Amino acid sequence: MSREILQVSGLSMRFGGLLAVNGVALTVKEKQVVALIGPNGAGKTTVFNCLTGFYRPSGGSILLDGQPIQGLAGHQIARRGVVRTFQNVRLFKEMTALENLLIAQHRHLNTNFFAGLFKTPGFRRSEKEAMERAQYWLEKVNLTEFANRTAGTLAYGQQRRLEIARCMMTRPRIIMLDEPAAGLNPKETEDLKALIAYLRESHNVTVLLIEHDMKLVMSISDHIVVINQGTPLAHGTPQEIRDNPEVIKAYLGEA
Amino acid sequence: MSRNLKQAFFSALLVWAVAFPVLGLKLSIDGISLAVHSQGSFTLTIIAVCSVLMFLRVLFDKQWSSVMGRRSDRKLIPPAVSNYLTLPKTQRWVIMGLIVAALVWPFFGSRGAVDIATLILIYVLLGLGLNIVVGLAGLLDLGYVGFYAVGAYTYAMLSHYMGWGFWVCLPIAGLMAATFGFLLGFPVLRLRGDYLAIVTLGFGEIIRLFLRNLTDWTGGPNGISNIPKPEFFGLTFERRAAEGMQTFHEFFGLQYNSINKVIFLYLVALLLALLALFVINRLLRMPIGRAWEALREDEIACRALGLNPTVIKLSAFTLGACFAGFAGSFFAARQGLVTPESFTFIESAIILAIVVLGGMGSQLGVILAAIVMILLPELMREFSEYRMLMFGALMVLMMIWRPQGLLPMQRPHMELRR
Repeated sequence: MSREILQVSGLSMRFGGLLAVNGVALTVKEKQVVALIGPNGAGKTTVFNCLTGFYRPSGGSILLDGQPIQGLAGHQIARRGVVRTFQNVRLFKEMTALENLLIAQHRHLNTNFFAGLFKTPGFRRSEKEAMERAQYWLEKVNLTEFANRTAGTLAYGQQRRLEIARCMMTRPRIIMLDEPAAGLNPKETEDLKALIAYLRESHNVTVLLIEHDMKLVMSISDHIVVINQGTPLAHGTPQEIRDNPEVIKAYLGEA
Repeated sequence: MSRNLKQAFFSALLVWAVAFPVLGLKLSIDGISLAVHSQGSFTLTIIAVCSVLMFLRVLFDKQWSSVMGRRSDRKLIPPAVSNYLTLPKTQRWVIMGLIVAALVWPFFGSRGAVDIATLILIYVLLGLGLNIVVGLAGLLDLGYVGFYAVGAYTYAMLSHYMGWGFWVCLPIAGLMAATFGFLLGFPVLRLRGDYLAIVTLGFGEIIRLFLRNLTDWTGGPNGISNIPKPEFFGLTFERRAAEGMQTFHEFFGLQYNSINKVIFLYLVALLLALLALFVINRLLRMPIGRAWEALREDEIACRALGLNPTVIKLSAFTLGACFAGFAGSFFAARQGLVTPESFTFIESAIILAIVVLGGMGSQLGVILAAIVMILLPELMREFSEYRMLMFGALMVLMMIWRPQGLLPMQRPHMELRR
C-alpha cells in the first residue's frame, strides 16, 4: 500500500454569498491517478485553484505529506512539487517551445548575477544541463522538430503537450491537469493516455485530473471523485462510480 | 452631403476655437494691469487659411482617404528589410559600428560637439536602464528620474561632506540608487499597469521634494555646487592642481588645453554606456532575462511554475535604478552642480520617450532615440519656443507610422542545436 501524499478535508471556498466549493474531501496516494469529475460549473477548477494556491480557501485543510499548505502563495506550493496545467492553455506564446521549458527550470538554474555576467563554468554547465533536460522532454512529447518555433504558432494539441512537458521540467511530485483532453482528437487522446501512464511509471508522478472525456477517465483513473454544485457527491473506483445511481442522476437528470 | 458640410463647418470653427486664444491673442502688462491685445493680421490670416484647409479636408474626407488608402498599402519600409533590421545579429553589427564611431568622435569633433555627445551618452545610459524596467520586464515606471536624483545627490553629498572622489562614489551611488529602487519597489510592485505608473510617478516627485526641503543637508533649492570632476588615476584636468596633486598636462608634459577635460568626461560617459550595454546584453541571455520576458507575458503561468513574481520584478526595478544611479553621479560630476530642478517629471518623460521612440527592448533603438531626442533640440535652438510642440508632433507621427518604435529588436532566442 503506497503512502498518502495529498489529503484534503472539508475544503470550502466562498465568493461573497456564493459557496462555490463546500466540504470537498480528497485523498490521493502516491503514484495514483485521481480524477475529479462533475457537471459544468460544479466547482472542479475552483478546487484546483484552492489546491495550487491561486485562491485562499475559506475553510478546510490541505495536507501535502502531512504538512498544511493551505494559504501558501502559488509559487510556494509549486516549489513543493505541486504544479498544474490550465484549462485554457497558458504558454508563453512569444517564446519558443524550448524557452518555455527553460523558464520552468528557473528555480534549478544558476541564477547568480555575476556567474551569468561572466559566463563562469558553473553557469555554462547549469545552462547546458537545462538544455539537455528540455531536449529530453521535447522528445518525449514529440516536439523536437518544433523546439525553435514560438509556442503561439504550434497546433492546439502540440500546445497541450508542451504545457505538460513544461510542468515536468519543475520536477513535480503531483501534477494537476485541468481538462487535458479538451479539444484533442481521438488519436491525440490516446497519446495523452500513454503520456500520463509514462509520467506515473517512469517519473513517480502522482496525477490529479479534471476531465469530461469519460472514456479516458474510466480507463486511466485509480480513483474518481464526483462533485456536484460544489459538494462532494461520490467517490470510488471507476466501476463503483459507473454504477452509482446518484452520479447518473447528476449527469443525466432525473427520469 | 449636408452632414459632411456641417461636420466640416464645425471642424473649421474648432480650428478657430483652439488657435485664436492661443496664437491670436497676446497678453501684455499695461501699468499694473494685464491687457489683451489682438495679434497682427498676419497671424489671423494664417489661422484663417488653416481653418479653410481643415474645412476642405473634412468636406472631401472620402475622396482624400481613398487617395491616401491606395498609397498607404505600400509600407514605408518593405517587410523584408524591416525584419532584417530587427534581427539581433544585424543590430549587434550596427552597435559595433556606432561604438567605433563614438571612440574616434572626440578627437575630430569640436568642443561643443563633444559636449553634446556627452549629454547624449548620459541619456543613452538612462534609456538603457529604463529599458530594463519598461522594455524587458514590462513595468511602466514614471518616476525613474528619482533614482537619477539619488545617484546625483549621493556623489554630490559624499564629495561635499566627506571629500570623496568620483571613482569611489560611482559604485556607491549605483548601490544607493539600487537600494532605493529595492525599497520603493517592495510596496508598489504588487500593483499593475496604470496603478504602478501613478505610484512610481508619485515616488519620483517625493524624492525631488525631499531633496528640495531637506535644506540643511542638500542645500534646498540652491542645491550643491563645486562638485569635483572625475580624475584620471589621481591626475586632475584643471589648470592648477590642488595641493599634493598633479595635473594631467603637467604629468604628460603637454600644453594645458581645456578640451582635454571635455574629452575625458566624454570617455568616462562612453565607458559607463558600454558597461551598461554589456551587462544588458548578457542579461538578455541569462535565466533572469528569460524570466522577465515570461513574467511580462503571463504572470499566472509563472506562479504556477514556482517563479516568484515579486522577486523577479524587484530585480528588474533594482537593476534599472542602479544604472540611473551611475548616470546621476556622472551627471553631478559633469555639471559640477546639482539642484532639485534638474530632476523634474519632464526628465522622466523624456527618458521614457527615448525608450518608446527607440522600440521597447531594443538597445540600438534606445541609442538612436537618445541621439534624436537630444540632438534635435540642440540643432533647432532658434525654434526652442516650439520644442514641446515638436516633441508632441514627433510622438504623434511615430504612433501613426511606426508604433513599434524606430528600431525594435527581436529578442535573441535560445536555439536547440542538432
